Amino acid sequence: MNCAEESSGEWEVVIGLEVHAQIISDSKLFSFASTKFGVSPNENVSFVDAALPGTLPVINSFCIDQAVKTGLGLNGTVNPVSSFDRKNYFYADLPQGYQISQFYHPIISGGYVDIEDANGGKKRINIDHIHLEQDAGKSIHDQSPAKSFIDLNRSGIALMEIVTKPDMRSAEEVAAFLRKLRSILRYLKTCDGNMDEGSMRADLNISLHRPGTEFGTRTEVKNVNSIKFLTTAVNFEIERQREILESGREIDQETRLFDSATGKTRCMRSKEDAHDYRYFPEPDLPPLILEQSRVDAIRKTIPELPDAKSERLQREYGLPRYDACLIASQKEVADFYEKALDSAGKGADFAKLLSNWITVELFSLFNRYGKTVEESRISPEDMGELAVLIKTDVISGKTAKEVLEFMWKTQKSPSRIVAEKGWEQITSSASIEAALKEVLDEHSDKVAEYKNGKTKLFGFFIGQAMKKTEGKANAQILNDLLRKIIDA
Amino acid sequence: MYNLSLYEIRKGLLRGDFSSVELTECFLERMERFSDLNAFITVCGDHALKSAAESDEKIAEGTAGELEGIPVALKDLFLTKGIRTTAASRMLENFIPPYESTVSRKMLEAGAVFLGKTNMDEFAMGSANITGYYGNAVNPWSRDKKLVPGGSSGGSAAAVAGHLCAAALGSDTGGSVRQPAAFCGIVGLKPTYGRCSRYGMVAFASSLDQAGPMTKTVRDAAILLKIISGRDENDSTSSSEPVPDFESFVGKSPKGLRIGIPKEYRAEGISEEILRFWQKGAEMLKDAGAEIVEVSLPHTKYALPAYYIIAPAEASSNLARYDGVRYGFRAKGFSLNELYENTRADGFGDEVKRRILIGTYVLSAGYYDAYYMRALKVRQLIRKDFESAFKTADVLLTPTTPNSAFPIGEEPKDPVTMYLNDVFTVTANMAGLPGISVPVGLDESGRPLGLQLIAPHFKEDLLIRVGSALEEAAKFPSLKEVARELC
Repeated sequence: MNCAEESSGEWEVVIGLEVHAQIISDSKLFSFASTKFGVSPNENVSFVDAALPGTLPVINSFCIDQAVKTGLGLNGTVNPVSSFDRKNYFYADLPQGYQISQFYHPIISGGYVDIEDANGGKKRINIDHIHLEQDAGKSIHDQSPAKSFIDLNRSGIALMEIVTKPDMRSAEEVAAFLRKLRSILRYLKTCDGNMDEGSMRADLNISLHRPGTEFGTRTEVKNVNSIKFLTTAVNFEIERQREILESGREIDQETRLFDSATGKTRCMRSKEDAHDYRYFPEPDLPPLILEQSRVDAIRKTIPELPDAKSERLQREYGLPRYDACLIASQKEVADFYEKALDSAGKGADFAKLLSNWITVELFSLFNRYGKTVEESRISPEDMGELAVLIKTDVISGKTAKEVLEFMWKTQKSPSRIVAEKGWEQITSSASIEAALKEVLDEHSDKVAEYKNGKTKLFGFFIGQAMKKTEGKANAQILNDLLRKIIDA
Repeated sequence: MYNLSLYEIRKGLLRGDFSSVELTECFLERMERFSDLNAFITVCGDHALKSAAESDEKIAEGTAGELEGIPVALKDLFLTKGIRTTAASRMLENFIPPYESTVSRKMLEAGAVFLGKTNMDEFAMGSANITGYYGNAVNPWSRDKKLVPGGSSGGSAAAVAGHLCAAALGSDTGGSVRQPAAFCGIVGLKPTYGRCSRYGMVAFASSLDQAGPMTKTVRDAAILLKIISGRDENDSTSSSEPVPDFESFVGKSPKGLRIGIPKEYRAEGISEEILRFWQKGAEMLKDAGAEIVEVSLPHTKYALPAYYIIAPAEASSNLARYDGVRYGFRAKGFSLNELYENTRADGFGDEVKRRILIGTYVLSAGYYDAYYMRALKVRQLIRKDFESAFKTADVLLTPTTPNSAFPIGEEPKDPVTMYLNDVFTVTANMAGLPGISVPVGLDESGRPLGLQLIAPHFKEDLLIRVGSALEEAAKFPSLKEVARELC
């Protein structure tokens, strides 16, 4: 879907993203200082992070492995030789007066992420490159009227900047790309993707042009820290640019800031005020050489990723595409699902049943109790057992919901709960028929009414029979028997 | 005992001729008596006496390290834990480092006694020790006129030449160890880039900086070099190349070695006297059995201009951290930009500002390719020049400087002429090669002259071997004959 096309029918939107993803690592990119979140200000600061005289960066090889893993997971090429550069600018929370980044020779080139487009088809978003860089500290301006405070805990933390090609055409595609990217990074365990903690941030490059003509002048929008805000920012910027272009004016190539309070973007600096970062090769670090054997070893640690997993779930278990995508989008959910399926006996019979019970019923419990799948009080094995109980008609779907509640509360297995409560379903036709006959005998007047055409009473008889069997009668059998008897 | 070499002091200490405390007291007394030389920015007397006493105990116990009890001085850009380190800048006037530089730590671990921190050009930017915040150091060879000691390690050179310490550590980015060594009549060695860790050394130009020994003899330089060399995990550019026992090459005959004379070094406005000594030096080595060959380093004339692009470029970035925010000097300012401007305007001296401006300019958009990239290409060509020269020669012999020490106040007034002081030394830094300056004689005004040897990467052993032969043959006069009052 193309928002601008919808409104005016004549503009194409072009969007590229620069995603800053914080690498999952215990220590920083160039120092041994901890990366722990939520500690006191300036607690995680080494001499290197504070840029004391004489300090030198030392590459944290784990962060390099993480970047390689990410590059491979996103189908990119790992460059055997890459190098670091200095990006020079002054700011109070940038202790060195430069950021160590990779400007000329990034660690990963190319790559892509496939998303679903508006028509349910596959759309490929290409990645230009991924480079490594260190994060800056944080300036705090709102604690004193006259002073600013600096917290260097973030200073030096490893970031990957994932730069896409200008391949997105709408806010929806941007959101789909980010969700997919986040899902993959979480699968890879290279970035936790928590946008509210700032461990994933995105800058947006956006322009409008008439289809068939060259790309328009773009603006860069910074500081957008949730997928919802990104959508807002994209749509705001599309409208803003469209109005300017349609009134015959030109777009200024500028950097804009997104204000989450107003949902608007405003000019941060014009092209004339753009920084001259004076990039040059970082002389304190030799080139980063990656042996093929190291890359191969990292490749072996890459798990099955969401696309492959979703396809396999469809192929092996005949799971519908929607279910498969939903389950595969989160590794923990997929693992839970497959374990449950395994213990239920794996067959395609259980695939859809378990998908429903997990993504609908169990998820609603997670929501109610504010838990994630990793914190589930119900094990996948018990979930599988529950599916077996349902599938073999030991309990009805309705009973199963109650059983699930008890499973959550007591952490007992479903069969134990069913046995203790005496909730086994009655599937014997003879028992159900006996109960049914009693009901019909007791309500012979209503049977007559029914036969005179008041067929709505069918439900009444079912209800009475259920009551007689304490709700344990198998609904299907009961239904069939009643029809047989009464319509005969 | 103060005029003994480090090697002789070590022997004397181990023999019990004198104690480290006696020696340290003697040097501290001299440092005070000759404070006019302004060789030291910070004297740490109490600290020195305490560690001298500890060394005496270790010597008595028989657990002496290789530098046990030997009083030495450090250029004031090596961070010394708990001892003020200024880089001769107002910017770091009150900076007390919380950690020890790797090279000074190695010296401490070997038992060295630190007497103090020596004067230098501000942030090592200068060739005469006249740009520092603490005033100029004075060359002990001065007679009627006060001479510059050279720079930037001028204080270290003056301290060693004036017998205010047994030896000193300097740093060399474009000649800052070798040039002052030549001016002050001592030995100065710049190791191969990567031979010594730069961790804890205030950075000037990261791709060029190296620590280096400044000593009375070639043997002393060999002893000190071995201590400070080696791979350091804190410096990714340091090398894991094995460290040989450099001292074992002292006195080894240069017989059979080919000594290259780069013909392009003759053309650089060099004084007649220097040319004569250069010739003499070559003859001495020939007499000792070496073969003299002419070599060509065709890109020599581009080395200095390229150096004065690369070094300031790196410096402009390295010195960005001195912003008044976290440590060091801070001027008042009502906005962040004003804080930066005032701090850096008042905290840095003129020469440092000049180089920051040059460096910022050459890295700017639109100029990067024309200046910085081109300078990097020149650097490659210089490396290649040396590679091909070392196919026909084992070691190169050149003058260290185009002239001898000049009187304070009579230094060239325009920076470019001043920069010419480095013309023979920058090439080794640009190519990452080791070089040594050995004193070979006095000019007509009685000022020391030095010759430089340059060897292939990690072949400092050749510098020691040939340098000691040169030293042996040159019989450089003792300072006693010139500046009697100092001795």
